[in-house]
Amino acid sequence: MATLELAINEGIAAPPVQRARRLGPLFWMAIGWVALVFAVAILAPVLPMPSPTDMDMLERRAPFSPDHWLGTDGLGRDELARLIYGARISLVVGLCAPVIGLTIGGALGMLAGYFRGRFEALVVGSMDVLLAFPPLILALAVTAYLGQSILNLTLILGVLGIPAFMRVARASTLTLARREFVIAAEALGATHARILLRELLPNVMLPLLAFFLLGVAVTIVAEGALSFLGLGVPPPIASWGSMIGEGRESLDVAPRLAFIPAIAMFLTVLSFNLVGDTLRALTDPRQGAL
Amino acid sequence: MSGSALLSVEDVAVDLPTPRGNLRAVDHVDLSVGAGRTLGIVGESGCGKTMLSRAILQLLPKKARLSGRVMFDGQDLARCDASALRKLSARSLAVVFQDPMTSLNPVLTIGTQLIETLQAHLELDTASARKRSVELLAAVGIPAPEQRLSQYPHQLSGGMRQRVAIAIALSCEPKLLIADEPTTALDVTVQAQILDLLAREQRRRHMAMILITHDLGVVAGRTDEVAVMYAGRVVERAPTTALFKTMRMPYTEALLAAIPKLEAAPHTPLPAISGRPPDPTRPLHGCSFSPRCRYVDGRCRQEKPALSDAESPDHQYACFHPIRIAVGGVT
Amino acid sequence: MQDATHFQGLDPILKVENLVVEYAVGGKTIHAVSDVSLQIARGETLGLVGESGCGKSTLGRAVLQLRPAVSGRVLFDGEDLTALRGEALRRMRRRVQLIFQDPIASLNPRRRIGDIVAEPLVIAGYKDSRERQELVEEVLNAVGLDPALVTGRLPHEFSGGQCQRICVARALVLKPEFIICDEPVSALDVSIRAQILNLLEEMKGRYGLTLLFIAHDLAVVKAVSDRVAVMYLGRLCEVGPSEQLFANPAHPYTALLIEAIPVPDADVRPCESVAIGEPPSPITPPSGCRFRTRCPRADQRCATEVPELRLVAPGQYAACHHPLA
Repeated sequence: MATLELAINEGIAAPPVQRARRLGPLFWMAIGWVALVFAVAILAPVLPMPSPTDMDMLERRAPFSPDHWLGTDGLGRDELARLIYGARISLVVGLCAPVIGLTIGGALGMLAGYFRGRFEALVVGSMDVLLAFPPLILALAVTAYLGQSILNLTLILGVLGIPAFMRVARASTLTLARREFVIAAEALGATHARILLRELLPNVMLPLLAFFLLGVAVTIVAEGALSFLGLGVPPPIASWGSMIGEGRESLDVAPRLAFIPAIAMFLTVLSFNLVGDTLRALTDPRQGAL
Repeated sequence: MSGSALLSVEDVAVDLPTPRGNLRAVDHVDLSVGAGRTLGIVGESGCGKTMLSRAILQLLPKKARLSGRVMFDGQDLARCDASALRKLSARSLAVVFQDPMTSLNPVLTIGTQLIETLQAHLELDTASARKRSVELLAAVGIPAPEQRLSQYPHQLSGGMRQRVAIAIALSCEPKLLIADEPTTALDVTVQAQILDLLAREQRRRHMAMILITHDLGVVAGRTDEVAVMYAGRVVERAPTTALFKTMRMPYTEALLAAIPKLEAAPHTPLPAISGRPPDPTRPLHGCSFSPRCRYVDGRCRQEKPALSDAESPDHQYACFHPIRIAVGGVT
Repeated sequence: MQDATHFQGLDPILKVENLVVEYAVGGKTIHAVSDVSLQIARGETLGLVGESGCGKSTLGRAVLQLRPAVSGRVLFDGEDLTALRGEALRRMRRRVQLIFQDPIASLNPRRRIGDIVAEPLVIAGYKDSRERQELVEEVLNAVGLDPALVTGRLPHEFSGGQCQRICVARALVLKPEFIICDEPVSALDVSIRAQILNLLEEMKGRYGLTLLFIAHDLAVVKAVSDRVAVMYLGRLCEVGPSEQLFANPAHPYTALLIEAIPVPDADVRPCESVAIGEPPSPITPPSGCRFRTRCPRADQRCATEVPELRLVAPGQYAACHHPLA
């Protein structure tokens, strides 16, 4: 009498809740700003504006005008052009440096969380050493030894970001590696590589990516600070940080020279934070990964 | 029901707004339990029994909407304000949850939790509260109670933790104890001990008790009355003996039949209930059990059967085709 | 002891010999499995029952070499699994599979069902994707799921019962000989449990499987097992044919377990449990018979001498100095 009741007519759960409802207007404004910054940064060479390095000594600290939409800086260079070229620096360094952290830190974190034991202790220990190292001293040392350049700046900030990504990846891996689906893969005879790549990585990737966006925001600020201190990109390359630094001298006469790049940085960092935060909330384990 | 009920749940419904639509977790439930009596609420996950207990205790999530009345000792709990509710529930209503690891604060010692409760609700000084705590722990069967006061929940086994949770619940001499799946997370030998403990304390204190569980075996020997819930409604309600001997609902019958019995020979095929409980955000026309019922017909799919007690006042069921035969012998 | 678990003379597909599994937690050693030996005959279902902490899950994992054993051997079809490494071990895994307690956690939340069920085939080296697809569809149909509705979706779209069916499908796709079911129905609702138990029985018949069924619920274990082994705190207490063991338990712990089961019959009044206290910690198990601290029949001998499994009735063995008559 008792037979296996075929579940062919069993209902399957309705498709997941529309996520769009969680993304408020603030999120879309942030996305809009980031898109704008990307657009002008990419299109900078073809935009019809003066060169950011052309100095016009007669028009120093000029107010807003049709020729110079945002005026000129202390050396007569067009503010808007410098702002836009500064955005390129911020984005390049802001995106590339965390990528170093994401790949190296993420890999180390996953391996440490998966293999545990002495390897983990070694990784965590060395990350602690790196964290304890004063970042400014490192920046000074690298620029003194290797010189100032965008590449070196990116490397410094990238390396400094590795411990944070390692922590995120390791924490995520520790929770997941004990779950039954990983043991199931092991029981099927999957190699470690397969488990790490096919089972763990897709799950660890989400918190890592959300953290990446926050890392972009932090890196932009860090680059700004280093450039402000003269340790970042060398002049005459425009960077928001160096613009703020140069604007310091004109604070009483033309405060806009410092504030405009500061506002640009503020908006960009805020937008990346908002997007990163929203994505983190969406990839909360309660939503997707049960 | 005869007698004056200590707790009377009248036409209670709980609605939860969810992104997928309104979720009716509890659908117009009427229940009552008198002093010294035990009511068992049986149902599977998603039937609404936990939401019902939260509704009684006024512990519903903020977004939930409660309608109906929860009459406890003459007062409607749903209409009480926060401070009146606190005073009332502290002294008269107690609850024991399923997982003692999460119902006890992991960073406070057992002693702190017990003493704090006693001080807050009975206004005892520390020394008397401490003495009373030791007595309570001993009463619930915890050996070496003085040592336990300084231990943390994680240092105790699951059964011990649940005993502590029961001690905290009983500390203020409640009139009604709600036990929400108190033994589901415990081993079967410990389960028996905990249920014995609850029964003993109930008899001693002449307490009313509501025992919520998914296990028909647990209610069989330890309750006076049983209410079976399915998809947010009470579908059958009867004194325990009557329920098992003359059950009327096909769901109750199917549930009982699906439990492997110790007396049955190995490899006896189990009469499984096909399908699964309905999605609460998409309530069905007609009877909620109709897609899975072996006695279903057209009427069942169109009309929702109301809870009726046509046969006998004590035994209510919601079905157009109640099972007529008494349960006895092999199904 | 060697003959302890023969089943009507059929050849044993699995032999566990004196298995000891321990693991360290925060400086202390947990004696999870202490000197357990048993045999499972081809085509039978052995139920392994015990409460939490008895080591039954650890034993299941140790048999599959997912947990290192301190000592002892596991012989599968004559081959010593404890001595296998690398590729040989991986090849063995195709013949022995595992089904877990939490069906939803057993599936990778970021992978589609089709990929999950095909994974064993990929690992085993089936290169042809069409062949894999056919095998996946075949096994999904066998467990009662429509492949068209199921393969493209993610695990969280399914209920617990459906997820467990998917897990069963995954375990069957390589057509293994032996499946260890580790509490496969404990996390499921009562009405779904029966469905999954029926499914397991049907699959066993269809694929000619041997099962090791681990659970804490005696009635569930009895419903599917030919023989049952009872474990307590890392040791076997009693082994015997299901009907016989439950009708006439010889070990006091088995009797205690049986008596503690809540019976869904209103006429049966539960008597006050005779169990004393709680199971002791597996870090410091009692000397001699580990059950003696809770046993109403314990005496001095139980504290000093570890009881061995001895024949107490045809096919039934109990490790007790004072077995029940």
